[in-house]
Amino acid sequence: MSDDVKVKVRGLTKKFGDLLVLDNISFDIKKGDFVCIVGPTGCGKTTFLNLLVKLLEPTSGQILIDNEPADPKKHNISFVFQEPSAFPWLTVEQNIQYGMKIKKLAPEVIKERTEEILTALGLSDVRNSFPRELSASMEQRVVIGRSFAMHPDLLLMDEPYAQMDIKVRYYLEDQVIKLWQQTGSTVLFITHNIEEAVYLSEKCLILTNKPATIREEKKIDLPRPRDIASEEFIELREYITKQIKWW
Amino acid sequence: MNKTKKQGKTKYLILSILGLTVFFGIWQAAVKLGWVSERSLKAPTDIIQTFIYKLTNKSPDGATLPTHFWFSLRLALSSFAIATIIGVPLGWFMGFYKKLDMLLNPIFEIVRPIPPIAWIPIVILTLGIGFQAKMFIIFVAAFVPNVINSYLGIRMTDMTLVNVAKTYGATDWEIFTTVCIPSSLNMVFTGIRLSLNASWTTLVAAEMLASTKGLGYMIQMGRTIIRPDIIIVGMFSIGITGALLNIILNLFEKKVAPWRYRD
Ligand SMILES: Nc1ncnc2c1ncn2[C@@H]1O[C@H](COP(=O)(O)OP(=O)(O)OP(=O)(O)O)[C@@H](O)[C@H]1O
Ligand SMILES: [Mg+2]
Repeated sequence: MSDDVKVKVRGLTKKFGDLLVLDNISFDIKKGDFVCIVGPTGCGKTTFLNLLVKLLEPTSGQILIDNEPADPKKHNISFVFQEPSAFPWLTVEQNIQYGMKIKKLAPEVIKERTEEILTALGLSDVRNSFPRELSASMEQRVVIGRSFAMHPDLLLMDEPYAQMDIKVRYYLEDQVIKLWQQTGSTVLFITHNIEEAVYLSEKCLILTNKPATIREEKKIDLPRPRDIASEEFIELREYITKQIKWW
Repeated sequence: MNKTKKQGKTKYLILSILGLTVFFGIWQAAVKLGWVSERSLKAPTDIIQTFIYKLTNKSPDGATLPTHFWFSLRLALSSFAIATIIGVPLGWFMGFYKKLDMLLNPIFEIVRPIPPIAWIPIVILTLGIGFQAKMFIIFVAAFVPNVINSYLGIRMTDMTLVNVAKTYGATDWEIFTTVCIPSSLNMVFTGIRLSLNASWTTLVAAEMLASTKGLGYMIQMGRTIIRPDIIIVGMFSIGITGALLNIILNLFEKKVAPWRYRD
């Protein structure tokens, strides 16, 4: 049974000095699940992802990936950060290849995936441009391409689509679903946008205000592709919105 | 966009030429109308004459202008090159490895405020007055900005980018070479530019150590034999070469770090 658990969190607590941010959180994420994390601003969502990939150490408790402590050198993890994170000195193409080169994938694989990603994300025309020459939303697409290209086991995305206009966002939401379905990755996706959360996820993790605990794990079992105008969809969206506002 | 840029460039060119013309015009007038004695300052036209004369003549200071120039360039550039080859990596490593930083920083902080010229007496006692001694003085001046700026360049690396590399499983060395160093290049080039300027401006001081050649020496001689035109030819040679070296360095930077420039 524990075989199909990808991420196991037990009694996770994080303090920054006296500031208690995460308070004794426990939950499991199944292999191949698509989980959206929603919660009030500043409740500790980013902190949680940073703990998960060992960029931060927990005050107490533990996080296991595939039943062992997370190790980016071993696990195939991709993290799309909340801040802009394209490498300014690499072209679009080189940015997309960065993670694959660190993981020392075969040159043919790198080449093939680069082409695939450039096409899928509409970046072929700017493949030799530097990030500085692109709009913020285009730059973010490069970052997303870089993480998709890894075919990660565990894809972590921290409000990746926050600055995008609605058309691009809808398109990229479908792209992340496609990647998830094709590669069987486990996805953790942080968003402020409840509609996005309901559209994407199999499960919604609703956090409380700081110090964050889990207010509810809400299953979203709507058929795909989802219709954001359907009655069940709107009902779920409103329910989750209410749960976040509640204290 | 392109058009206004071009217009801006033309305007810039016109104003630059105007500035230079007025500057040399006033200077010419000041000397020729007798506001300043020709014993202490020569007119630009005389200086051009001296310049042309010195291209091939050794008198009155013992060597032709090209000889002086070549000697100084070799001295300044070799010191600058060594200061860069040692200073930049040292700054990089100090910026990245905390222990090395703690080990070297105290020494560096004490040495840093000592002006290069203050080194001259001790250098004379230890290295004498030859080429090596001069090189050392210039090296000290050129070394410090290289170390400081490369160090800061590493320290100012965006942590998010470091974290990107970490989450892909990059080793410390990979983080250093693929993230910190490229991100530092901006500052590194600022350091190299300061370093080049420092080596060129310290030249005259270094050539105060017994010399028989060099632009700094030529300036000294000009004073001794009261030839202001020789002094000024030397000064302008230093100034113009410095400006040209900066242009070359900028072109080089655009090649090495194109992402900051391409439009
Ligand atoms: N390195 C740190 N040192 C001290 N306090 C921190 C640090 N990182 C985060 N915090 C604090 O922890 C709390 C949670 O921050 P976090 O960034 O995880 O929230 P978030 O849920 O991601 O917020 P947002 O919705 O704005 O992205 C905030 O109050 C923040 O100020
Ligand atoms: Mg956040």
